[in-house]
Amino acid sequence: ELLPLSVCKWKPGGAELLFDGVKKHQVTLPSQPEPWDIRNLLKWIKQNLLKERPELFMQGESVRPGILVLINDADWELMGELDYKLQDQDNVLFISTLHGG
Amino acid sequence: MCEAAGRCGGCGEAPVRRRAVPACSHPQPCVKCGDGPAAVVIRIGDAFCRSCFREYFVHKFRAMLGKNRVIFPGEKVLLALSGGMASSAMLRQVQEGLSRETAKRLRFVPGLIYIDEGAVCGQSLVQREQTLTRMEALLQETGFPYYLASLEQALELPGSVLRRGPGGNSEPSPSYKEAVEGFIQQQRQEEASGDGGTSPTGLSTQDGPTGDSHACLPTAALTEELLRLFDAAETLTAKEELLQMLRSHLLLHTARTQGYTKVMTGESCTRVAIKLLTNLALGRGAFLAVDTGFVDSRHGDVTVVRPMRDYTAKEIAFYNHFFGVPTIITPPLHAKRREKTSIHRLMENFLLGLQVDFPSTISTVYRTGEKLSVAPAEANSELQRCLLCLCALDIAGEEELALEPTLVKEETGNGAESRAAFIPLLCYSCRLTFKEMGPPDTLPPYVRTEAQRRNCRALMKQQIQEFLLEDDEEEPGGS
Repeated sequence: ELLPLSVCKWKPGGAELLFDGVKKHQVTLPSQPEPWDIRNLLKWIKQNLLKERPELFMQGESVRPGILVLINDADWELMGELDYKLQDQDNVLFISTLHGG
Repeated sequence: MCEAAGRCGGCGEAPVRRRAVPACSHPQPCVKCGDGPAAVVIRIGDAFCRSCFREYFVHKFRAMLGKNRVIFPGEKVLLALSGGMASSAMLRQVQEGLSRETAKRLRFVPGLIYIDEGAVCGQSLVQREQTLTRMEALLQETGFPYYLASLEQALELPGSVLRRGPGGNSEPSPSYKEAVEGFIQQQRQEEASGDGGTSPTGLSTQDGPTGDSHACLPTAALTEELLRLFDAAETLTAKEELLQMLRSHLLLHTARTQGYTKVMTGESCTRVAIKLLTNLALGRGAFLAVDTGFVDSRHGDVTVVRPMRDYTAKEIAFYNHFFGVPTIITPPLHAKRREKTSIHRLMENFLLGLQVDFPSTISTVYRTGEKLSVAPAEANSELQRCLLCLCALDIAGEEELALEPTLVKEETGNGAESRAAFIPLLCYSCRLTFKEMGPPDTLPPYVRTEAQRRNCRALMKQQIQEFLLEDDEEEPGGS
């Protein structure tokens, strides 16, 4: 089966401190029997990319309240949030709205 | 289940729980124009495309200013920018609003101010310099006059910053409509006589509060003094309050000395809702309207205005992303590992967490807050306003305060500079914050000076009390 190739980006400010200062991650997700949805992507991110203090980015199986998720520049609420099935070359952007303004 | 719970805010029914939108590969059409693909969900069920969202966003700003009519044409307005998302979006709206060629153009004269708070946010000198340089470039791009200040400068403020300036009630001011008509007429005359006049966007002078325009850091000694002040605060909550206090005093001082009668700050709807509940927990229930309302006139001559208070943090984030609004995010107030969290952060986590499952939480809190109104004009005498927050002193029966005995015990008492000397000058919540701050000698000089001044006057008044004629209009004990 096709290996989904995704680009995960983080909006500068705060969140990238959790990811070793890296703003843009181009990731190739390994093939697996379960489909790659946002839920699984987050699990994968937690295991492979989050360097410290995962609770600042994630809460339970979702992102921490206050962190927005955009899939291909659209609100993830329009795409089914955690259930959205990732497609090849999808762009996932995380924006933190905490401590700002 | 009440479907409209998100909008009616409190009809007694159970709040609407979020129902996940089923994943679908076809993009939804915009609910407004039905044409473009929806890009963002504003409220429950409202999915807008980019252009409808932009229209909605821009319109909201102008409607907010138009509805409230407190900013007069030609008035100098200082925009407080933190580099964060909300204040950056605010700046963009002002730029857009001023640049329109129609009669609906915004008409005030903006200035920008950025306060470098890097010292208390754990930034190194190098980081602070980098941030300042980037920020200055951003401000210069706008063409508006700008000021770069550092939080350290709050330590050099005069005691007068804690005194209410002359309010607008002394002279009869023209009505808003008259002011707009007068302004338009004046502009027509200027155009007719060939005088170009000054367009708000043409100003390019840059001054700092002390006259310098370049990004430069304060002296190490001043930074040290500031850090000492913050380190002496025992809790993160007290630090947050201290930071807000110094920031607001510095903004006020800059506005006063540079001739600005209005200050715009970028609190979003999300921030306002959090502030409402936080301030309630801090004992500021009596001042919620002033602390979070659109207009804050506690200072008298300078009015603080909050034009972003109707935008959620999400709307602002999406707008900035879609339309390339530059932001410079700096770390928040530095908290040591051993410190517990602050009431501010606790409340933020609580509200945002609740919002996930109940998407009308923030808007309900916000709308309830909108029903609060400012108390009628209080007594003008400075003896009846809190030294730190300038709100009316809300302490009637001081004997009821459990705080008092504990505070008096701690002091060996050297009279004027003891903690006890400050207490009668503070409102209830400022007393609580004060209790968690360091010894009085760590406080900024302007606070100590003004406190001394007021205590002297109070003492004087007491001594000549029997010779004073009774003022019949004055209510005993103030409002």
